[in-house]
Amino acid sequence: MESPKSLEKDLKELRESFRCGKTKEAAWRMRQLKGLSTLLKEKEEGIFDALRRDMGKHKAEAYRDEIGTLIKSINYALANLKGWMSAKKAPLPLGAFPTTAEVVSEPLGVVLIISTWNFPIGLSLEPLIGALAAGNTVVIKPSELTPTCSSLLANTIPIYLDNSAVKIIEGDASVGEQLLRHKWDKILFTGSARVGRMVMLAAAEHLTPVTLELGGKCPAVVDCIPNSRDRTMAMKRIVVGKYGTCAGQACIAIDYILVEKKNAAALVEALTFRIKSMFGDNPRASNSLARIVNRHHFLRLKNLLVDPKVQACVVYGGSMDENTLFVEPTILLDPPHDADIMTEEIFGPLLPIITLNSIEESIEFINLKPKAPAAYIFTKNESLMKRMISETSSGSLAINDCITQFAADTLPFGGVGESGFGRYHGKFSFHTFSHEKGILRRSFLTEFWFRFPPWNNNKLLLLRAAYIFDYIAIVLIVLGLKKS
Amino acid sequence: MEVKMELHKTLEELRRNFKSGTTRNASWRKAQLSALLHLLRHCEEKIFAALNEDLGKDPVESYRDEIGVVEKSTKHSLSHIDQWMAPKKCRLPLVMFPTTGEVLPEPLGLVLVFSCWNFPISLALDPLVGAISAGNAVVIKPSELAPACATLLANLIPVYLDGSFIKVIVGGADVSATLLQHKWDKIFFTGSPRVGRIVMSAAAKHLTPVTLELGGKCPAIMDSLSSPSDLRVAVKRVVGGKWGPCSGQACLGIDYMLVEGKFASTLIELLKKEIVKCFGNDTRDLKNMSRIVNKHHFRRLSNLLEDPSVFSSIVHGGSLNEEKMLIEPTILLDPPLDAEIMTEEIFGPLLPIITLNDIQETIEFINSRPKPLAIYAFTKDDNFKRRILSETSSGSVTFNDVMIQFVCDQLPFGGVGESGFGRYHGSYSFDTFSHEKGVMHRRFIFEVESRYPPWNNLKLRFLRMAYNFDYLGLLLYILGLKG
Repeated sequence: MESPKSLEKDLKELRESFRCGKTKEAAWRMRQLKGLSTLLKEKEEGIFDALRRDMGKHKAEAYRDEIGTLIKSINYALANLKGWMSAKKAPLPLGAFPTTAEVVSEPLGVVLIISTWNFPIGLSLEPLIGALAAGNTVVIKPSELTPTCSSLLANTIPIYLDNSAVKIIEGDASVGEQLLRHKWDKILFTGSARVGRMVMLAAAEHLTPVTLELGGKCPAVVDCIPNSRDRTMAMKRIVVGKYGTCAGQACIAIDYILVEKKNAAALVEALTFRIKSMFGDNPRASNSLARIVNRHHFLRLKNLLVDPKVQACVVYGGSMDENTLFVEPTILLDPPHDADIMTEEIFGPLLPIITLNSIEESIEFINLKPKAPAAYIFTKNESLMKRMISETSSGSLAINDCITQFAADTLPFGGVGESGFGRYHGKFSFHTFSHEKGILRRSFLTEFWFRFPPWNNNKLLLLRAAYIFDYIAIVLIVLGLKKS
Repeated sequence: MEVKMELHKTLEELRRNFKSGTTRNASWRKAQLSALLHLLRHCEEKIFAALNEDLGKDPVESYRDEIGVVEKSTKHSLSHIDQWMAPKKCRLPLVMFPTTGEVLPEPLGLVLVFSCWNFPISLALDPLVGAISAGNAVVIKPSELAPACATLLANLIPVYLDGSFIKVIVGGADVSATLLQHKWDKIFFTGSPRVGRIVMSAAAKHLTPVTLELGGKCPAIMDSLSSPSDLRVAVKRVVGGKWGPCSGQACLGIDYMLVEGKFASTLIELLKKEIVKCFGNDTRDLKNMSRIVNKHHFRRLSNLLEDPSVFSSIVHGGSLNEEKMLIEPTILLDPPLDAEIMTEEIFGPLLPIITLNDIQETIEFINSRPKPLAIYAFTKDDNFKRRILSETSSGSVTFNDVMIQFVCDQLPFGGVGESGFGRYHGSYSFDTFSHEKGVMHRRFIFEVESRYPPWNNLKLRFLRMAYNFDYLGLLLYILGLKG
């Protein structure tokens, strides 16, 4: 637990490290990224163990969602870093010759990454990749709800990375508050809207730019899919996208499904079949289902089913075990729209299915709710796809799959509206932790003298012509051949 | 109370209208931008008159800094909007085949633009151009310190633009406070850091993204220039860039200069000559200068000179005409560094010149202060330029000129650190008022069982190969030749 004095010392060291300029070197940045890569390879067993202890994740899930994505992201950053760091020419209009302009990225300074508990390694280190690639010094505050992962990071990062430039500061909300009292050059926060508000409010004091990666209720519209093979694939993807990703405790996991009434029964049956094939008849014994993170969230989920009207809608699953923090993959059919399970982000393995008269109504249904980090649609109907894309808004949208957009380096990952603002992944990570500085180089040779006082009508004419790049008019006015 | 209810109703109506989807059409956006051009052309005289009334701006200055700028931005947007609105295809790795990805810009919704009083027309309308191009519904809150311009905008906008989606709401700080209580999809603010903090704190309650275009002390470094003609041009640009725009009341204008001691007197003589050329030497009747906006700022500026150690450093100017709200272009040589004139943003026609032993010391001088919106450097020394670029940080850097980066649609315009965050102009305006949605489209063509539970070590191996793009390994695995 960091004391205020040692925090001050750490921050001073980070500022000094930044000021001395070493983080601006491409070589330093690449060394850090490679160090991170080595950490992930050499400490893999430790990471698997920590994720199993904290979240009950199987190695394959841990690799798929955390270690693997990080390795991919590091490789991508290493391959593209020089390009990202290079100045980009900004083409100017002909009349500006011989002026040249360019945009160059520079690091912001000392940045703070506040991570969360559902992907405790991934959500700490993925932003770190961007922060390092952009040349910043960094503090990561991992979540205290996943203590084994937090300790692992605190113990390994100093060994593999430049300890004077990257620090892990562990602790609970009070440590978070302490950190937020300081001035940062950027804060990237992943977590709930409630805490996001506090982070932004604290950042406002210092005019610190923030990126907020928040949650929401991610809808999955499931249309009728005629081909049975396609349908099977869709069901697998939905089941994995709900229950197979940290047991539904993911901001981009499917929160609820929208389906036409007439297809509901078949959908429930198909999902039930898939759940059994992936998690077995006794899911409690499955090695492929993550745990609920702690008692608080377990009770929160339990409470979502307490209302008898909601309980009556459970059509599959529903069993829970407080001792092992186990919640069975559960399906509900048409719970009341005003129940908590339909107004709050579920963040767990409970799947409400809402039936509609026509699948087209799903657009309006989605638009009545706050914008989510992701929206999903399973359909082969091109016009429905188009409507979904153009008439709804969400952080991202995936058609006929879910979650995998997280692994695409070329797609920006971030929310909109109540699911947050700002984005990262790939080059977006680099830019989120950079300032793009515009540089203009003028020559002494050419001058638009008419832009300076003393003023007269001729100068007004010339300015009018200049703004529309009417070079001929400029020449004529100057030669006295054009008046007004 | 009634005003608040009226406002609430207005905003509800704007939101409802936005949901109708009209603003998503390129044709609507282009029609609004064209209408804005008509407004600027038809009402040019009225705009000149309002700017003259509020700030005493000459029509040519008004055209250069306000009307011309907005016309240029609007035309630039009209000719690029189709390109900006189009989705951008993204390459996805082979391992994700057959998936396609694209980034699609969409409007944020209902956005609020806070303008400022020094460029009351362009700082309201330039962001408006971006907000419209991106397909949003917009509320503009002009500054009450430029009331003629605020009233003019409130009268003209409803006539030329679509009042169902674009509104001007005038008023003082109380109206601003009321506006900030509401939920917006984006707030774009130009003004002081003090008010910027208030805006961001209010935005935090609703998780509203903000762009803050703030001020700072923009330094101009003057290196020794061997060619007399270069020096003449440099001095002209400095004078034009310090006192030309709104009498120095510009966030992007030169705040103070840094120069080597041995060069200071030459510089001051040249500056004096140019000042007289541009503004005359009759302190009771200064030409071509805008006014100080109001008594509060006039007194603020005159207070900066009150300290005797500051006053004694005046080498040119210093006369104040409160009746006409004019302050003579004033040059100070080495005022104390801890005086307010060197710690606060001046925002007026006072130019401190700080001398250093060696021009290279300017880097450290600048770095010991908050990051400014712009750094200007007049130099032909390429190494020095490189040092400035890599060792300082600012919103932008311009070599051998002042303020002109403001008219480049190709450069992002915005601050860093205490000069703000976010940017606009050109395509950056469009982006600032958009959400870029990642859209991923997968097919059902083939499936690899290894991405689904129940988990086992084989599937783990598959995932390893997939993430490392070990295509050969994957192929062998799929063919059953590699286990």
